[in-house]
Amino acid sequence: MGHVVSAPGKTAAESPRPQKNYLNEQSGLWSWLTTVDHKRIGIMYLIGIAIAFLLGGLMALLVRLTLLTPDHKIFGSSTPILSAEAYNQVFTLHGAIMVFLFIIPSVPAALGNFVLPLMLGAKDVAFPRLNLVSWYIYVIGAIMAVASILLGGIDTGWTFYTPYSTTTGGAVTLMTMAAFVLGFSSIFTGINFIATVHKLRAPGMGWFQMPLFVWGIYSTAIIQVLATPVLGITLVLLALERVFNVGIFDARLGGDPVLFQHFFWFYSHPAVYIMILPGMAIISELMPTFSRKTIFGYRAIAFSSIAIALISFIVWGHHMFVSGQSQMASVIFSFLTFLVAIPSGIKVLNWVATMYKGNVSLEAPMLYAISFLLLFSIGGLTGLFLGALSTDVHLTDTYFIVAHFHYVMMGGTVIAFIGGLHYWWPKMTGRMYNEFWAKVACALTFIGFNMTFLTQFFLGSQGMPRRYYNYLDQFQPLHAFSTFGSWVLGLGLFITAGCLLASLRKPYDAPDNPWGGTTLEWATQSPPITHNFEGQPVLEREPYDYRPVGAKVGH
Amino acid sequence: MEWIRSLMLPLQGSEFAKEVDSLYMFIFWLSVVLFIGITIATLYFAWAFRFKPGRRTEHIAHNATLELAWTIIPLFIVIGIFFWGVNGYTKYAVAPGDAFQVQVVGKKWLWQFEYPDGSRYVNEIHLPVGKPVQFIMTSEDVLHDFFIPTMRVKHDVVPGRYTSVWFTPAVAGNHHVACAEYCGKGHSDMAAKIVVESQAAYELWVKEGPADLNRPPVEVGRDQYEAKGCNTCHSIDGTRGQGPSWKGIWGQKHKMKDGSEILVDENYVRESILNPQAHILEGYEAIMPAFQGLLREKELAGLIAYIKSLQ
Amino acid sequence: MSMTVVDTPGHGHHGHDPNQQHHFASMAQQFDSAKIGMWLFLATEILLFGGLFVGYGIMQGQHAEAFKSAHHHLDKRLGFLNTVVLLVSSWTMVMAVYSASVNKRKATVILLIITLLCAGTFMVVKYFEYSHKIHDGLLPGKYFSYKGPHLERERMFFSFYFMMTGLHGIHVLLGMVAISWLIFRANRGDFSSSWYTPVDLVGLYWHLVDLIWIYLFPLLYLIQ
Repeated sequence: MGHVVSAPGKTAAESPRPQKNYLNEQSGLWSWLTTVDHKRIGIMYLIGIAIAFLLGGLMALLVRLTLLTPDHKIFGSSTPILSAEAYNQVFTLHGAIMVFLFIIPSVPAALGNFVLPLMLGAKDVAFPRLNLVSWYIYVIGAIMAVASILLGGIDTGWTFYTPYSTTTGGAVTLMTMAAFVLGFSSIFTGINFIATVHKLRAPGMGWFQMPLFVWGIYSTAIIQVLATPVLGITLVLLALERVFNVGIFDARLGGDPVLFQHFFWFYSHPAVYIMILPGMAIISELMPTFSRKTIFGYRAIAFSSIAIALISFIVWGHHMFVSGQSQMASVIFSFLTFLVAIPSGIKVLNWVATMYKGNVSLEAPMLYAISFLLLFSIGGLTGLFLGALSTDVHLTDTYFIVAHFHYVMMGGTVIAFIGGLHYWWPKMTGRMYNEFWAKVACALTFIGFNMTFLTQFFLGSQGMPRRYYNYLDQFQPLHAFSTFGSWVLGLGLFITAGCLLASLRKPYDAPDNPWGGTTLEWATQSPPITHNFEGQPVLEREPYDYRPVGAKVGH
Repeated sequence: MEWIRSLMLPLQGSEFAKEVDSLYMFIFWLSVVLFIGITIATLYFAWAFRFKPGRRTEHIAHNATLELAWTIIPLFIVIGIFFWGVNGYTKYAVAPGDAFQVQVVGKKWLWQFEYPDGSRYVNEIHLPVGKPVQFIMTSEDVLHDFFIPTMRVKHDVVPGRYTSVWFTPAVAGNHHVACAEYCGKGHSDMAAKIVVESQAAYELWVKEGPADLNRPPVEVGRDQYEAKGCNTCHSIDGTRGQGPSWKGIWGQKHKMKDGSEILVDENYVRESILNPQAHILEGYEAIMPAFQGLLREKELAGLIAYIKSLQ
Repeated sequence: MSMTVVDTPGHGHHGHDPNQQHHFASMAQQFDSAKIGMWLFLATEILLFGGLFVGYGIMQGQHAEAFKSAHHHLDKRLGFLNTVVLLVSSWTMVMAVYSASVNKRKATVILLIITLLCAGTFMVVKYFEYSHKIHDGLLPGKYFSYKGPHLERERMFFSFYFMMTGLHGIHVLLGMVAISWLIFRANRGDFSSSWYTPVDLVGLYWHLVDLIWIYLFPLLYLIQ
């Protein structure tokens, strides 16, 4: 096989349609529920997180709709859309569902599960049965989380700050236990991936011949393994506080409510990087593939992933500049926070430089990658306002924070995730999606996202605190504009879902390598056979090497 | 450029606000420049090197000089921003010794203020312009956060410990206080108003008191009975405390330690509050503090009316 | 494409160990993967307990007097006995792993049974300690009802005592389940010098459980 450097999507006739693949080799629901095939487990995760994203997304639309007018009424209705109590529950569940049920498992557990072993040239992950167990734990956690909505709901915010979370009513204990259980799912996935990367690389694939997606997922897995247990014990302490009044977070019993925040953010800040590193990992694949040019600064990108993973453990205090931690601590955390900005900046510039003198085509995945570059840049640059102490004091706990982390989490990770989903869709399903509608959806998502969240930087700077049901009349125009934006954003996402799902009605039509990718997942058929490859693939060239075969190889 | 600042940031109510804003605007313009740079580069590359079938691309794997440059230059920039932020933060970390101290208690869902003279206000206070003020805060229930956007100050209010913010109000007018740490159903309604005004207007307000003194005197008196701590020694149901109960004493003749008898009327009650040592009731110790200068006329009249009502 | 396909010896379904899973090229690769997985899992366990240790450290620092006074309610001798019991069980576990690796089936089974008995002894002693505390009302949080003279914050000590020893106890119980399963399989003759990974992994886990107790014992029983 030669190097595929031709118009994407036009090589369908390249290989005969696969007779057997992982989707049709076995059939029936039972064959899915008992599968240990990483590809099928990836698909099952995809279904799980899609449901979670739909649920969390509808709640976000509801929150925005409630904030459309100061009296929370629309079209002359006499009752508000949500009462204050209901509003508090809905934004809490939006956060909790999006973080624990959607973003954290999105790229690693769904796409990572599918792609990682293929990229390594492996037949499966190191522990296939543990992989299935992780999925079941995820489902149990998800059921517990949804049950907590029905059994009284929770109104603590997804951060569960004490002492509010230990004194309020509702199903807080059940929700914290749900997050605890979901944490184990995340830990087991992380352990599985680390062992897989260490031991199951194809012959010829050293550490620096691994695709950068693998580096990103590997860094993520390190954080998952090392940070999640701390969240686990923190949530157990919170639950025990509610059940036994053990007092560790209760000032009246000699405890310290701020200690909870330290524990919580010791996990949850690294968790921010559990969410963004996989997004960056996807972009590192899309940029070279659609520029048909090797990635610029492979090692810089790989090392910056590891650097981010390590530094992420020592910056948690930047969530607490106004919480009552010592001023010296705040100064140190501010400094470390600025250090972590550097590797993220390096990555952005490397991706932009990858396009230079490339052969750039703008299919939907690349449009998402470019959207990511712009949105993530805004997310990162607004982080400078929040890392600096004096400006953070004004901006923290306002809509500025809300906008900032949505730019990183949604403009970054979710956009990259959707881009990656389009990119690997032909591999996963054997079908090409409709390019036109995918581009329309991408444009709407981009526009709607900026309408919704760019507005919120202004709201926050002007002093609009977050998690507010009522707001001053002066903020109404911006709130209304943000709500209109959420409709555009929602429309874009629905079209995306429709466009992808519609492709499933077609017969298999995807070529093995529709984009001309150089990593190993494109070297097997679409969709792959159950054992991924016929025989053991051996890596002969580095990833992203677009030079003609026969040219001198190596950096 | 001022209009761009005012588009994003609220009124600058203090010197500190100006300091915060200058860093904010620096980061803002830096971000604008960097963002436009990245956007232009991205879009230009996508256009200039757009797809042409069969075109070979160059193998540019890395460039040490370029990569070092875009690692080191941003590093210096962010360290600069770090020091700028620390400078503003630490300069305003410790309140000046002569700052006017106001105790704040946050509770679901109101702000309670107490002035050094012991007078208490809920959700509205007045401050003189140009005089440093420090708020010393604690919470009675869950976390709250004392946030004054126009002053650019914010700090969590934590049960079981004291935190503080301070500033020097520089602009007269109404300044909004918001709760910025989620505290439940009434979180978004937990607002207070700080009226910053001239020294003269402020002094008049101190004398006249807040608007809620313009209620029927009995109601004012009932609130003052608790607000000024009368209830710790004087019961209103006839039980004996450190001091005599107020129930049914109006119009009675009291026997004093020195043997004299005095009628409980307006003049006697007034004297007993402002200068309690003048006459001591038989069987009680002379332990009550004098309230001379701690009560406004309306508050005093309210207490007298309240005692009168306790028949 | 930048790869070729070779037929590696591990791929064909002939002539290799029945315990080798299809996606591994060799038994060594499979064994190493399992080891990495187990070590990572142990790291998460340490961090799980780490949260409690940090919390204990902070609260002990703030209420040093109360914690010191409260620890007199614990029986040092029973704590020491349990320490010895667990140390012995760690040694028998090491010997069990060794026996499995040299095909000594009977020795493996006997050593595992001794390990299990030690674990059982630990839990019985723990049971007596717990019932004594429960009788005295030395319970965590709102269930604290000790009638004798005590400092206000002693209840915090007992919150930590029960949380830390409780979480550790759960780990001992899980270890007992795992060891019982090993005894069953070892007795059936599942393990041999070419494949004894489960014994090795449970052994690692058991050492961690012991190690955590080695830290818990002085922290709770021997405060100075």
